[in-house]
Amino acid sequence: MFTLIARRLIQLIPTIFFVSVMIFLLQQLLPGDPALVMAGEEKDPAVIEQIRQRYRLDQPLPVQYLAWIGGVLRGDLGESMRLAEPVSTLVAQKLPVTVQLAIMAMIFTLGIGIPAGIISAVKKDTAWDYVVNVVALWGISTPNFWLGIMLIFLFSVQLGWLPASGYVSPFEDFWASMAATIMPAFVLGNSFAGVIMRHTRAAMLQVMESDYVRTARAKGLDSRTVILKHALRNALTPVITLGALEFGTLLSGAVLTEQIFSIPGFGKLIVDAVFNRDYAVVQGVVLITATTYIVLNLLADIGYILANPRLRS
Amino acid sequence: MTKLKLLTAALLAAGALTAAAPASHAQQSVLRIGLAEDPDVLDPSRGRTYVGRIVFASICDKLFDIDDKLNIVPQLALSHETSADGLTVTIKLRPGVKFHDGEPMDAEAVKFSLDRHLTMQGSFRRPEISAIDKVEVVDPLTVKLTLKQPFSPLLAQLTDRAGMMVSPKAAREAGERFGSAPVCAGPYRFVERVQQDRIIVERFADYWDKDKVTIQRIEYRPITDATVRLANLRSGQLDLIERALATDIPQIRTNAQLRMAVGVDLGYQGITLNIAKSDAGRQAFGRDPRIIQAFSLAIDRQALNQVVFNGSAMPGNQWVNPENPYFQSRHPVPQRDVAKARQLMQAAGVRGPLAIDFMVPNNPEVRQVAEVLQAMTAEAGFDLKIRVTEFATSLQEAEQGRYQAYMLNWSGRTDPDGNSYSFHACNQPLNYSGYCSQAADALLNEARTKTSQAERKAIYEKLSDILLAEGGIVYLYHRPVVIVHSVRLEGFKALPDGLVRVVGLRFRGN
Repeated sequence: MFTLIARRLIQLIPTIFFVSVMIFLLQQLLPGDPALVMAGEEKDPAVIEQIRQRYRLDQPLPVQYLAWIGGVLRGDLGESMRLAEPVSTLVAQKLPVTVQLAIMAMIFTLGIGIPAGIISAVKKDTAWDYVVNVVALWGISTPNFWLGIMLIFLFSVQLGWLPASGYVSPFEDFWASMAATIMPAFVLGNSFAGVIMRHTRAAMLQVMESDYVRTARAKGLDSRTVILKHALRNALTPVITLGALEFGTLLSGAVLTEQIFSIPGFGKLIVDAVFNRDYAVVQGVVLITATTYIVLNLLADIGYILANPRLRS
Repeated sequence: MTKLKLLTAALLAAGALTAAAPASHAQQSVLRIGLAEDPDVLDPSRGRTYVGRIVFASICDKLFDIDDKLNIVPQLALSHETSADGLTVTIKLRPGVKFHDGEPMDAEAVKFSLDRHLTMQGSFRRPEISAIDKVEVVDPLTVKLTLKQPFSPLLAQLTDRAGMMVSPKAAREAGERFGSAPVCAGPYRFVERVQQDRIIVERFADYWDKDKVTIQRIEYRPITDATVRLANLRSGQLDLIERALATDIPQIRTNAQLRMAVGVDLGYQGITLNIAKSDAGRQAFGRDPRIIQAFSLAIDRQALNQVVFNGSAMPGNQWVNPENPYFQSRHPVPQRDVAKARQLMQAAGVRGPLAIDFMVPNNPEVRQVAEVLQAMTAEAGFDLKIRVTEFATSLQEAEQGRYQAYMLNWSGRTDPDGNSYSFHACNQPLNYSGYCSQAADALLNEARTKTSQAERKAIYEKLSDILLAEGGIVYLYHRPVVIVHSVRLEGFKALPDGLVRVVGLRFRGN
C-alpha cells in the first residue's frame, strides 16, 4: 500500500514537468503578440520594446522557459503583465473563491444526483422514473449562461431575494457569502447532477439484479436497508470517480458561470489572461490547476483502495 | 431516505437564507458603480485602459479637466500661459492642495509626476507628452514646461492620465508597486482592491473641493456581461453602470427607477483599409483612390445606424463626431450613392466583384455591422469576405498587413490630434493602412504647432480634403456612450469622454 502511494507520488514529478512544458509551448502557439496587446492603444514603439525586454519576450523560447520554471521552483510564479501584480497574489485571492464554489456546487450535484438516481432505479419504469429522467435531461442540456441569467431575473430582479452578482467571503459575512454564491453553485451543480443521476441509476439497476441483493431480500430485510446499505454502497464506486474528476474540473474554474455572476474565481482570471496574452498568469494558473487535478486523481485512487479491500493486495 | 431528508433540509435552509438577505435600500453612503471590464494597473503612468480611467476619475485629480463642451478647464492647476513661440508653458497651481498621504501638491510634486511619466520604465505616458523637454520649478506654486517643439495638444493630454499628479513620497516608497495602492490628490482615496471583484475608495477629508463630495465610499464592481450589469442596477445592487447596450435603451427609458445619460463617443468606429501596408493592400484599395471613395459611397450610414443601433449611434464620416468643434461641415456625412460608386469602380478599372479580406474583431455588435456592410457594398461591386478574428490576433495581423479591410474602433481623445496623427502620418504606430502622403504629413504637423482653434480648424479642413478622398480609414459612426443610474442618485453630469465624475454626486435625501 505505502509503496504503491510512494510510487504514484514519484510518478507525479515527470507528469508535472511534462505539463509545465506543454503549458508553455501551447501558449506560444496562440497567435497575437503580447507586447502589442499590452502596449495600450497608442502602441508606441519604445513602449513595446520596453515590454519585450522586461518580460523577456525578445529572448529565445528555451531561455524564457528556464527563467519561468526556475522562478516556479523558487516559489515565484512571475508577474502579471496586465495588472503588475505577482501571480501568486492573484492565485491566493482567487483560489478560496473557486474552492468554495466547487464545494457548494458538489453539494448540489451529489445532493440532487444521487437521490434522484436511486429513486429512478428503484421505481424503474414508473412515472417517478420518467419525471426524474426528464428533469435530468433538462439539467444536462440547459446551458449554464441561460439558466444563470434566468435565475438572476427571477431571484434578483423580480423577487429581490438574492444579489445578482459579486462575491463576499464567508469569513467576512457568512450569510451574505451564501446568498452571493448559492445561485452560481446551483447552476454549476445542476448541470452535472443529471450526469451523476444517470450513472447512479445505471449502477443501481445493475446491482439490484445481483445475487447478493436477492439474498438480502430473501433474508427478509426491509427494502430501505437493502437499497441504501447493500445496493448503494457498491453502486457508488463509479459515482465517486466521476465526482472526484468533476470536482477537479470545478477547481479549474467555471468560466461562463463566473462570468455571468461576476464571481472573481479562476475561470475569470484565466479567460482575461488569455485574451490579454498575459502569459505569466495563464502559465501560473494552469500549472496550479493541473497539479491540483493530478493530486485529486491520486487521492481518488487512494480512496478507492481504502474503500475496496479487493484492490489492496 | 436520509439523503432525501438532507436535501430537503438544505433546500429549506436555502429558502430561509434567501429571505434573510434582502437588498438593502436604506444605506446610501456607498455608491456602487458597475464597470464593463476589470481595470488594469491603477498607476497613472502605467494605466492603459479606458475602464481604468473611470476609476482614476475618483482617485487622481489632473492638472486640467474638460467641460461638457470639450473646453479645457483648470483642476489642480489654476491657470496656464503658453509663450508666443509655443515653446514654454507656465502653469500656476492651486494652493493648499494635499495628496492622500498629507504631502503637499506643489510645484515639486508636479515636476516629480511629469518626470515620472516621462522616464519611468513601462510608462505609457511618455509618447503622449514626449514634446516636453524639461520641467522646472519656478516657485512653490508655479512650474514651467519647456518643449522641444510647439505642441498644442499638450494641454489636452494633461486633462487625462498624463496630467494626474502622484504623491512623490508614496511613489518613491512604493516604486514598481505604486499601482497596488495609488496615492494621488483626487476626491477619494484608494482603500482596497480585489482583482476582478471590487475596487473600494473612500472620501478624502482634505480634498481641495471637499464641500461638493458627500458620498462616503465608492465601490467599483467589474461586471462584464452588459445584461447582468443592467440586472444588477435594476435589482438595486448597483447605483450606476457604464456602457449599457444601445439595444437596451428603449427598456431603460420606460423604467421609472432609472435615469440615463446618452452622449456621443469621442472616438469613432471605422474601417481601416490596407493601402500600402503589404501587397494584399496594394492589390485592392491601394490600386486607386477611387475604389476607396466607391466603398464609402456604397455605405448607407443612416440605415446602418437604424439596423444595428436602433438609431442611437451618430453616423459620421470624419475622425471627430459631427458635434465636435473640429468637425468639417464642408464634408457632411454622405448619402449613399450606389450608381456613383459603380461608376467610380468602373473608372478605376475594376471588373467583376472585388474580393476583400475583411477582418472583424469577435464582438457581436461589430459583427452585425460587418454583415450589414457586406450586403450594402455588394451592390457596388465589392465582395467582402468577413473573417472574424479574436482581438489580440487581429492586432498582430493588422501590424503585419495580413488583411485588406479591418474593422477598428478608436476610443477617442479630447484633442483632434489624438484621433488623426498616429493613424494617418507616415510610419506612425497606428497607421495600419500604410498610407503616406507628404502633404498630409505637413498639415498634421502644422496643426500641432498652432494654438488657436480657428487656425487649427482651417488646417484640419485642408487635411480632411485629402484624407477623406484617399486616406486609409473610412469612418462609419460614433457610438452612443450610455450611462444609466438609479433615480436616487442626483447630480450626475455626462461629459464627452464618458468618464464618471464623482464630485457633485449625492443620494436623494442626503
